[in-house]
Amino acid sequence: MPNNPAGTMTPRRPAGTLYRGREGMWSWVLHRITGVAIFFFLLVHVLDTAMVRVAPGAYNAVIDTYKNPIMGLGETALVAAIVFHAFNGIRIILIDLWSKGAKYQRVMFWIVIGLWVVTMLGFAPRHLINVFSEVGH
Amino acid sequence: MTLVADAPASGPAPEAPIEAFTVTLIIRRFDPDVDDEPRWQDFDVQMFATDRILDALHKIKWEQDGSLTFRRSCAHGICGSDAMRINGRNRLACKTLIKDLDITKPIYVEAIKGLPLEKDLIVDMDPFFESFREVQPFLQSNTAPPKDKERIQSVADRARFDDTTKCILCAACTSSCPVFWTDGQYFGPAAIVNAHRFIFDSRDEAAQTRLDILNDKEGVWRCRTTFNCTDACPRGIQVTQAIAEVKQAIMRGKP
Repeated sequence: MPNNPAGTMTPRRPAGTLYRGREGMWSWVLHRITGVAIFFFLLVHVLDTAMVRVAPGAYNAVIDTYKNPIMGLGETALVAAIVFHAFNGIRIILIDLWSKGAKYQRVMFWIVIGLWVVTMLGFAPRHLINVFSEVGH
Repeated sequence: MTLVADAPASGPAPEAPIEAFTVTLIIRRFDPDVDDEPRWQDFDVQMFATDRILDALHKIKWEQDGSLTFRRSCAHGICGSDAMRINGRNRLACKTLIKDLDITKPIYVEAIKGLPLEKDLIVDMDPFFESFREVQPFLQSNTAPPKDKERIQSVADRARFDDTTKCILCAACTSSCPVFWTDGQYFGPAAIVNAHRFIFDSRDEAAQTRLDILNDKEGVWRCRTTFNCTDACPRGIQVTQAIAEVKQAIMRGKP
C-alpha cells in the first residue's frame, strides 16, 4: 500500500521534475535568454540612435538619461550577455562545422566560461569605476 | 529482514548476508479514468545494490499496488520498452542500478516527456514511430546485387555508420530534447540517427532522398545541440555527433 509518512517529500505539483540536463542544455538555455535580451536591447538601441537623424539635441537628451548608475549596471549586464552569447556562438559553430566539435563540446563550454570571466574582469571594474565616478557630476 | 535464503548451501565459506536497503521511489502516476492531472505517489521497497529500477517497479506492482502501469519486455536493455525519467534524466529502468543512485534521497520516476501521457509511465509512442518511418529507415538500392552474392562492403565502409546501428528506438533521446518538448513536429534525434545509419551506408542509394527530407524547417536544423540526447542514450550513441554529420552532409550536398 502506498505509505505517506509524516514529512513526506512527495511533490504537491502535478508537473514533472525539471529535466536535469548537463552543460549542453544549460548553455543553450543561457544562449536563448541572452539572445532574447540582446534583441530587446537592439530594438531600443536602433530607436535611440535614430534620434540623431531627428535632431542632435534630442539624441543628446536621450543619451544623457542613460548616464546614471542603474543604466550603468544595466550596461554591465548587457556586455556580460553579449560576451557570453558571442563566445558560446563560436562554440555552437564549431560543434556544427568542426568534425571533433561534438566530442569537445563540454571542454569548449568551460573555455567559453573562462573567456567570459577574463573578459568581464577586464571590463567590469573599469566600467563601474567610470559609472560611479560620474555620480553627482 | 533476512535475505540469505537464496545463498548457495554448499559454499566453501559462510557468506556474509547481502545487505538490503529501503529505497523510496516517488512515482508520477496518472490514471485517465480517475485523474484530471498526474499525481505523485511514494513507495518504500527493499532493494539490493545490484537491483535495478525495473526490479523496484516490479516489486511495487507485484507486492504493493497492482495498478502501477509501465512497459517492459526483455528487461535487459535491448528491446527499448522501459525508457523513463529517473531522477530527472531519461534512462532505461532495466539498466539503472540502485547502487548508481543516491538512495539516501527518494528516487523520482516519471514518464518520458514530450509524448502524450497515456497512463502512469506509459506514453503514446505513435508520433515517435511516425517520424522514424518518415526518414525511410530501410536499405534502398536500384541495382541488383552481384549474381548469387550478397552486397559486399569494406570494413571501413561498415565502420562509417557503426555507431548509429546500435539504436533500439527506446525514445530516450527524442524525449530528452527541449526542442521536441515544445515542437512535436521536429523529427527528433532518434529519427535522424536512423536516417544517418542509411545515409552513410555505402550499399544504399537513397541518401539524397533522406537528406532532402531532413533538410527541412523541422529537420536537422531544429537541433540546438543541447547534448541531452547523447547523455540520455542507453546505447552510448553519439547522437549529437550523428546529427552534426547529417547537417554537414546536407551542406556538402552528398554523404
